Amino acid sequence: MKIMELAGIIKEKFEKSILSSSVFYDNETIVIRKEDVFDVIKFLKDEQSFDFLMDVTAVDYKGYPDRNDETRFEIVYNLFSYKNNKRLIIKTLVDEKDLTVNSITSLYHSADWHEREVYDMFGIKFINHPNLKRILMYDEFVGHPLRKDYPFKKRQPRINLRDVGKNEEEE
Amino acid sequence: MGLETIFGKSWATSKMEYVINWARKFSFFDYPFVTACCGMEFMSTFASTYDIARFGAEFPRFSPRQADVLFVVGTVNQKLAPVLRMTYEQMVEPKWVLSFGACATSGGFYDNYAVVDGIDKIIPVDVYIPGCPPRPKAVLDALIKLQEHVQREKLIK
Ligand code: SF4
Repeated sequence: MKIMELAGIIKEKFEKSILSSSVFYDNETIVIRKEDVFDVIKFLKDEQSFDFLMDVTAVDYKGYPDRNDETRFEIVYNLFSYKNNKRLIIKTLVDEKDLTVNSITSLYHSADWHEREVYDMFGIKFINHPNLKRILMYDEFVGHPLRKDYPFKKRQPRINLRDVGKNEEEE
Repeated sequence: MGLETIFGKSWATSKMEYVINWARKFSFFDYPFVTACCGMEFMSTFASTYDIARFGAEFPRFSPRQADVLFVVGTVNQKLAPVLRMTYEQMVEPKWVLSFGACATSGGFYDNYAVVDGIDKIIPVDVYIPGCPPRPKAVLDALIKLQEHVQREKLIK
């Protein structure tokens, strides 16, 4: 199935939800409105047999000439279909003032940790995520290190060394 | 049995301090705190070609409570720092620390938000081994340096 067909099928089903679509060599990309991400991915999973979520990540486009605050962040979903041996990249734009997206953990369990990582690194909140907390950085860390406005050389105070080894029940 | 079969009825004098330090320096029990790629060179140092057993340190203990040399091998990041500190505090005296590789020594090329720039910010270090990763010969050199350091230690401070 050609990607443009897929974009056409989605367009038929979800009117106005596709912002753009493109093919660059093997990378087939569809950009989708933020509100429709969950529904479109559910449709792709249930009816187009995209049964494997390979990755969820994000990009910060702060300072890019063709971007503004409303299109600052981009979330990238990397889908794969074992049945058709096909890859598809779904992107969505996130406004700096409204950093929320619907979580797709109920569709793919692998999204759980990927979304936590995006939250940890970029501060984008996933609605309906079962356990949205930092995954790589420690809990005391302030800010989100992969954002473009996080200072490159900034160091933060370490975790209090004495606090470790304390059982969580004791607290 | 023992020394008397070699020495017969003869005897030797020495300082208590010298004998104890001599025994300590040839019977290191190491605890490998291996976190990253330097671990490969660590393994090769322990394996037969370089054979760290020649220096009496061939017996890694996988519990810090049984060890007296802490090998910090690899990158230590901020989240791991308290764990390293706790491992160090669990070791009993006398104890020494070897910082293995550029990452453990100074953070290496990881100049960023996540990596501790040198484990000496967290625990005291006796010998630093430079290199990314250091060659086994450099490790053995550091071990000999540590042995010299142990031999010079004072029992009564
Ligand atoms: S010093 Fe080099 S080899 Fe060793 S842990 Fe760091 S990056 Fe890896």
